[in-house]
Amino acid sequence: MSNHTEGANVHPEIPAKTFAWVWICLVFITGIEVYLAYIELEPTLMLGILLGLSLIKAALIMAWFMHLKYEKFSLTLMLVPSILFCIAMMAVYIFWDAVRLARMRSL
Amino acid sequence: MHDVNPESLSSPWSGGTLPFATGSKKLGMWLFIASDTLTFSALLVAYTYSRLSNPDWPRPFPFSPSILYSTVMTIVLLASSLTMVMGVRAGTRGDRAAVVKWILATMAGGLLFVGLHLREWMHLIDEGLRPGSNPWGGSPLFGAVFFGVTGLHMTHVLIGVIYLGIIAIGTGRGKFTAEDIEVSGLYWHFVDLVWMFVFPLVYLMSVQYK
Repeated sequence: MSNHTEGANVHPEIPAKTFAWVWICLVFITGIEVYLAYIELEPTLMLGILLGLSLIKAALIMAWFMHLKYEKFSLTLMLVPSILFCIAMMAVYIFWDAVRLARMRSL
Repeated sequence: MHDVNPESLSSPWSGGTLPFATGSKKLGMWLFIASDTLTFSALLVAYTYSRLSNPDWPRPFPFSPSILYSTVMTIVLLASSLTMVMGVRAGTRGDRAAVVKWILATMAGGLLFVGLHLREWMHLIDEGLRPGSNPWGGSPLFGAVFFGVTGLHMTHVLIGVIYLGIIAIGTGRGKFTAEDIEVSGLYWHFVDLVWMFVFPLVYLMSVQYK
Protein backbone atom coordinates (compact mmCIF):
# COMPACT_ATOMS: atom_id res chain seq x y z
CA MET A 1 0.00 0.00 0.00
CA SER A 2 1.52 3.30 -1.00
CA ASN A 3 1.66 6.30 1.27
CA HIS A 4 -1.21 8.66 1.04
CA THR A 5 -0.73 12.38 0.96
CA GLU A 6 -2.39 14.88 3.26
CA GLY A 7 -6.15 14.76 2.66
CA ALA A 8 -6.03 11.60 0.60
CA ASN A 9 -9.17 12.50 -1.34
CA VAL A 10 -8.68 13.34 -4.98
CA HIS A 11 -11.77 14.99 -6.38
CA PRO A 12 -12.48 14.64 -10.05
CA GLU A 13 -12.33 18.05 -11.71
CA ILE A 14 -15.92 19.30 -11.58
CA PRO A 15 -16.82 21.48 -14.58
CA ALA A 16 -17.49 25.15 -13.81
CA LYS A 17 -20.73 24.83 -15.78
CA THR A 18 -22.12 22.41 -13.15
CA PHE A 19 -21.56 25.00 -10.41
CA ALA A 20 -23.10 27.73 -12.54
CA TRP A 21 -26.25 25.60 -12.99
CA VAL A 22 -26.49 24.88 -9.26
CA TRP A 23 -26.13 28.61 -8.61
CA ILE A 24 -28.89 29.46 -11.09
CA CYS A 25 -31.18 26.92 -9.35
CA LEU A 26 -30.43 28.56 -5.99
CA VAL A 27 -31.27 32.03 -7.31
CA PHE A 28 -34.43 30.67 -8.98
CA ILE A 29 -35.67 29.08 -5.72
CA THR A 30 -34.90 32.34 -3.90
CA GLY A 31 -37.05 34.06 -6.52
CA ILE A 32 -39.96 31.69 -5.79
CA GLU A 33 -39.64 32.41 -2.06
CA VAL A 34 -39.71 36.16 -2.62
CA TYR A 35 -42.77 35.74 -4.88
CA LEU A 36 -44.54 33.85 -2.05
CA ALA A 37 -43.97 36.87 0.21
CA TYR A 38 -45.47 39.06 -2.51
CA ILE A 39 -48.73 37.09 -2.82
CA GLU A 40 -49.45 37.11 0.96
CA LEU A 41 -50.04 33.58 2.29
CA GLU A 42 -51.37 32.47 5.67
CA PRO A 43 -48.34 32.17 8.09
CA THR A 44 -48.39 28.39 8.82
CA LEU A 45 -48.74 27.47 5.13
CA MET A 46 -46.12 30.06 4.18
CA LEU A 47 -43.71 28.66 6.80
CA GLY A 48 -44.19 25.11 5.52
CA ILE A 49 -43.49 26.00 1.89
CA LEU A 50 -40.54 28.26 2.77
CA LEU A 51 -38.91 25.57 4.91
CA GLY A 52 -39.38 22.97 2.17
CA LEU A 53 -37.76 25.24 -0.43
CA SER A 54 -34.93 26.20 1.95
CA LEU A 55 -34.19 22.52 2.63
CA ILE A 56 -33.83 21.98 -1.13
CA LYS A 57 -31.44 24.95 -1.26
CA ALA A 58 -29.45 23.58 1.68
CA ALA A 59 -29.21 20.19 -0.05
CA LEU A 60 -27.96 21.82 -3.28
CA ILE A 61 -25.32 23.82 -1.39
CA MET A 62 -24.15 20.82 0.61
CA ALA A 63 -24.10 18.37 -2.32
CA TRP A 64 -22.28 20.53 -4.87
CA PHE A 65 -20.74 23.65 -3.28
CA MET A 66 -19.60 21.73 -0.19
CA HIS A 67 -18.65 18.68 -2.32
CA LEU A 68 -20.58 16.21 -0.16
CA LYS A 69 -21.74 14.45 -3.34
CA TYR A 70 -18.12 13.72 -4.19
CA GLU A 71 -17.09 12.51 -0.71
CA LYS A 72 -17.50 9.00 0.63
CA PHE A 73 -21.16 8.35 1.37
CA SER A 74 -20.28 7.48 4.98
CA LEU A 75 -19.52 11.17 5.64
CA THR A 76 -23.02 12.17 4.53
CA LEU A 77 -24.46 9.36 6.64
CA MET A 78 -22.63 10.60 9.71
CA LEU A 79 -23.62 14.25 9.29
CA VAL A 80 -27.05 14.62 7.71
CA PRO A 81 -29.43 12.16 9.46
CA SER A 82 -28.23 13.10 12.96
CA ILE A 83 -28.65 16.84 12.36
CA LEU A 84 -32.07 16.37 10.74
CA PHE A 85 -33.13 14.21 13.70
CA CYS A 86 -32.07 16.86 16.24
CA ILE A 87 -33.87 19.63 14.36
CA ALA A 88 -36.99 17.47 14.02
CA MET A 89 -36.90 16.85 17.80
CA MET A 90 -36.75 20.59 18.47
CA ALA A 91 -39.57 21.30 16.00
CA VAL A 92 -41.83 18.58 17.46
CA TYR A 93 -41.38 20.09 20.92
CA ILE A 94 -42.74 23.49 19.91
CA PHE A 95 -44.86 23.30 16.79
CA TRP A 96 -48.31 22.20 18.00
CA ASP A 97 -48.19 24.36 21.09
CA ALA A 98 -47.33 27.38 18.93
CA VAL A 99 -50.36 26.67 16.73
CA ARG A 100 -52.60 26.23 19.83
CA LEU A 101 -51.42 29.55 21.32
CA ALA A 102 -51.94 31.34 18.01
CA ARG A 103 -55.56 30.10 17.86
CA MET A 104 -56.22 31.10 21.50
CA ARG A 105 -54.76 34.55 20.98
CA SER A 106 -56.60 35.31 17.77
CA LEU A 107 -60.04 34.50 19.21
CA MET B 1 2.84 10.16 5.62
CA HIS B 2 2.85 6.75 7.30
CA ASP B 3 2.84 3.22 5.93
CA VAL B 4 -0.43 1.45 6.41
CA ASN B 5 -0.32 -2.03 7.88
CA PRO B 6 -2.10 -4.32 5.38
CA GLU B 7 -3.89 -6.11 8.21
CA SER B 8 -5.55 -2.87 9.27
CA LEU B 9 -7.16 -2.63 5.83
CA SER B 10 -9.57 -5.44 6.65
CA SER B 11 -11.97 -2.76 7.81
CA PRO B 12 -11.81 1.01 7.44
CA TRP B 13 -12.61 1.18 11.17
CA SER B 14 -9.69 -0.91 12.41
CA GLY B 15 -7.41 2.10 12.59
CA GLY B 16 -4.53 3.42 10.54
CA THR B 17 -6.77 4.52 7.68
CA LEU B 18 -9.00 7.48 6.99
CA PRO B 19 -12.52 6.06 7.31
CA PHE B 20 -14.15 9.04 5.59
CA ALA B 21 -11.27 9.40 3.10
CA THR B 22 -10.88 13.03 4.16
CA GLY B 23 -8.02 14.74 5.91
CA SER B 24 -8.44 15.55 9.60
CA LYS B 25 -8.81 19.30 8.89
CA LYS B 26 -11.76 18.73 6.59
CA LEU B 27 -13.39 16.29 8.99
CA GLY B 28 -12.83 18.78 11.82
CA MET B 29 -14.49 21.56 9.86
CA TRP B 30 -17.47 19.32 9.09
CA LEU B 31 -17.86 18.52 12.79
CA PHE B 32 -17.71 22.23 13.65
CA ILE B 33 -20.35 22.89 10.99
CA ALA B 34 -22.58 20.18 12.49
CA SER B 35 -22.39 21.78 15.93
CA ASP B 36 -22.86 25.31 14.59
CA THR B 37 -25.88 24.11 12.61
CA LEU B 38 -27.47 23.07 15.89
CA THR B 39 -26.71 26.49 17.45
CA PHE B 40 -28.51 28.27 14.62
CA SER B 41 -31.27 25.65 14.58
CA ALA B 42 -31.99 26.25 18.27
CA LEU B 43 -32.24 30.00 17.69
CA LEU B 44 -34.43 29.63 14.61
CA VAL B 45 -36.70 27.03 16.23
CA ALA B 46 -37.18 29.30 19.27
CA TYR B 47 -37.94 32.15 16.86
CA THR B 48 -40.44 30.01 14.94
CA TYR B 49 -42.26 29.27 18.20
CA SER B 50 -42.66 32.99 18.97
CA ARG B 51 -43.48 33.81 15.37
CA LEU B 52 -46.28 31.24 14.99
CA SER B 53 -47.76 31.68 18.46
CA ASN B 54 -48.07 35.47 18.17
CA PRO B 55 -50.81 36.51 15.75
CA ASP B 56 -49.72 40.12 16.43
CA TRP B 57 -46.14 39.50 15.26
CA PRO B 58 -44.92 42.77 13.71
CA ARG B 59 -44.72 42.86 9.92
CA PRO B 60 -42.45 45.84 9.44
CA PHE B 61 -40.95 45.01 6.03
CA PRO B 62 -42.80 46.45 3.03
CA PHE B 63 -42.19 44.35 -0.11
CA SER B 64 -40.58 47.37 -1.70
CA PRO B 65 -38.00 48.44 -0.64
CA SER B 66 -37.24 46.22 2.42
CA ILE B 67 -37.80 42.74 0.96
CA LEU B 68 -36.19 43.67 -2.36
CA TYR B 69 -33.22 45.10 -0.43
CA SER B 70 -32.73 41.88 1.55
CA THR B 71 -33.17 39.86 -1.68
CA VAL B 72 -30.21 41.78 -3.13
CA MET B 73 -28.23 40.93 0.04
CA THR B 74 -29.13 37.26 -0.46
CA ILE B 75 -27.96 37.30 -4.07
CA VAL B 76 -24.70 39.01 -3.09
CA LEU B 77 -24.02 36.26 -0.53
CA LEU B 78 -24.98 33.53 -3.01
CA ALA B 79 -22.66 35.08 -5.60
CA SER B 80 -19.79 35.04 -3.09
CA SER B 81 -20.39 31.29 -2.67
CA LEU B 82 -20.01 30.83 -6.43
CA THR B 83 -16.69 32.74 -6.47
CA MET B 84 -15.54 30.61 -3.50
CA VAL B 85 -16.34 27.42 -5.42
CA MET B 86 -14.25 28.71 -8.32
CA GLY B 87 -11.42 29.47 -5.88
CA VAL B 88 -11.48 25.93 -4.48
CA ARG B 89 -11.54 24.61 -8.02
CA ALA B 90 -8.47 26.68 -8.92
CA GLY B 91 -6.85 25.27 -5.77
CA THR B 92 -7.25 21.67 -6.95
CA ARG B 93 -5.55 22.69 -10.22
CA GLY B 94 -2.72 24.25 -8.17
CA ASP B 95 -3.30 27.67 -9.77
CA ARG B 96 -2.36 29.89 -6.80
CA ALA B 97 -2.82 33.24 -8.52
CA ALA B 98 -6.37 32.31 -9.51
CA VAL B 99 -7.12 31.11 -5.97
CA VAL B 100 -6.09 34.48 -4.52
CA LYS B 101 -8.14 36.35 -7.14
CA TRP B 102 -11.31 34.30 -6.50
CA ILE B 103 -10.93 34.50 -2.71
CA LEU B 104 -10.52 38.28 -2.90
CA ALA B 105 -13.76 38.41 -4.92
CA THR B 106 -15.45 36.26 -2.25
CA MET B 107 -14.22 38.58 0.50
CA ALA B 108 -15.53 41.58 -1.45
CA GLY B 109 -18.95 39.88 -1.64
CA GLY B 110 -18.87 39.18 2.10
CA LEU B 111 -17.93 42.77 2.93
CA LEU B 112 -20.63 44.14 0.60
CA PHE B 113 -23.17 41.90 2.35
CA VAL B 114 -22.08 43.17 5.79
CA GLY B 115 -22.15 46.77 4.55
CA LEU B 116 -25.70 46.45 3.19
CA HIS B 117 -26.77 44.63 6.35
CA LEU B 118 -25.34 47.30 8.68
CA ARG B 119 -27.06 50.02 6.66
CA GLU B 120 -30.34 48.16 7.19
CA TRP B 121 -29.61 47.77 10.93
CA MET B 122 -28.98 51.53 11.25
CA HIS B 123 -32.23 52.26 9.46
CA LEU B 124 -34.21 49.99 11.81
CA ILE B 125 -32.45 51.40 14.90
CA ASP B 126 -33.37 54.90 13.69
CA GLU B 127 -36.98 53.78 13.40
CA GLY B 128 -36.78 52.80 17.10
CA LEU B 129 -36.23 49.03 16.96
CA ARG B 130 -34.52 47.75 20.14
CA PRO B 131 -33.85 44.20 21.45
CA GLY B 132 -36.71 44.59 23.95
CA SER B 133 -39.21 46.73 22.08
CA ASN B 134 -40.33 47.84 18.66
CA PRO B 135 -42.03 50.99 17.42
CA TRP B 136 -44.79 49.16 15.48
CA GLY B 137 -46.61 47.45 18.38
CA GLY B 138 -47.20 43.70 18.67
CA SER B 139 -44.73 41.22 20.12
CA PRO B 140 -41.68 42.91 21.68
CA LEU B 141 -39.62 39.83 20.79
CA PHE B 142 -39.16 40.96 17.19
CA GLY B 143 -36.12 43.12 18.01
CA ALA B 144 -34.47 40.41 20.11
CA VAL B 145 -34.89 37.87 17.33
CA PHE B 146 -33.87 40.21 14.55
CA PHE B 147 -30.70 41.52 16.19
CA GLY B 148 -29.87 38.15 17.76
CA VAL B 149 -30.15 35.93 14.70
CA THR B 150 -28.91 38.35 12.04
CA GLY B 151 -26.19 39.63 14.41
CA LEU B 152 -24.84 36.13 15.03
CA HIS B 153 -24.93 35.46 11.30
CA MET B 154 -23.16 38.74 10.52
CA THR B 155 -20.46 37.81 13.05
CA HIS B 156 -19.97 34.55 11.15
CA VAL B 157 -19.62 36.47 7.87
CA LEU B 158 -17.03 38.84 9.39
CA ILE B 159 -15.04 35.94 10.87
CA GLY B 160 -15.27 34.28 7.44
CA VAL B 161 -13.84 37.38 5.74
CA ILE B 162 -10.89 37.38 8.19
CA TYR B 163 -10.41 33.61 7.73
CA LEU B 164 -10.42 33.98 3.93
CA GLY B 165 -7.99 36.91 4.19
CA ILE B 166 -5.54 34.68 6.06
CA ILE B 167 -6.03 31.90 3.49
CA ALA B 168 -5.52 34.34 0.59
CA ILE B 169 -2.28 35.75 2.05
CA GLY B 170 -0.98 32.26 2.92
CA THR B 171 -1.89 30.84 -0.49
CA GLY B 172 -0.11 33.74 -2.18
CA ARG B 173 3.02 32.80 -0.20
CA GLY B 174 2.58 29.11 -1.03
CA LYS B 175 1.90 28.08 2.58
CA PHE B 176 -1.44 26.34 2.16
CA THR B 177 -2.52 23.16 0.39
CA ALA B 178 -5.60 22.67 -1.80
CA GLU B 179 -7.23 21.03 1.23
CA ASP B 180 -6.77 24.16 3.38
CA ILE B 181 -8.51 26.22 0.71
CA GLU B 182 -11.33 23.68 0.43
CA VAL B 183 -11.82 23.71 4.22
CA SER B 184 -12.16 27.51 4.24
CA GLY B 185 -14.68 27.08 1.40
CA LEU B 186 -16.73 24.70 3.57
CA TYR B 187 -16.98 27.39 6.26
CA TRP B 188 -17.99 30.06 3.75
CA HIS B 189 -20.70 27.91 2.14
CA PHE B 190 -22.04 27.08 5.59
CA VAL B 191 -22.46 30.79 6.36
CA ASP B 192 -24.34 31.10 3.05
CA LEU B 193 -26.46 28.05 3.91
CA VAL B 194 -27.50 29.57 7.26
CA TRP B 195 -28.66 32.72 5.49
CA MET B 196 -30.85 30.51 3.25
CA PHE B 197 -32.90 29.88 6.42
CA VAL B 198 -32.57 33.31 8.08
CA PHE B 199 -33.79 35.15 4.99
CA PRO B 200 -37.15 33.35 4.57
CA LEU B 201 -37.81 32.96 8.30
CA VAL B 202 -36.90 36.43 9.57
CA TYR B 203 -37.58 38.56 6.48
CA LEU B 204 -40.19 36.86 4.29
CA MET B 205 -42.30 35.83 7.32
CA SER B 206 -42.40 39.52 8.37
CA VAL B 207 -43.42 41.08 5.06
CA GLN B 208 -45.95 43.87 5.46
CA TYR B 209 -49.33 42.91 4.01
CA LYS B 210 -51.22 45.64 2.22
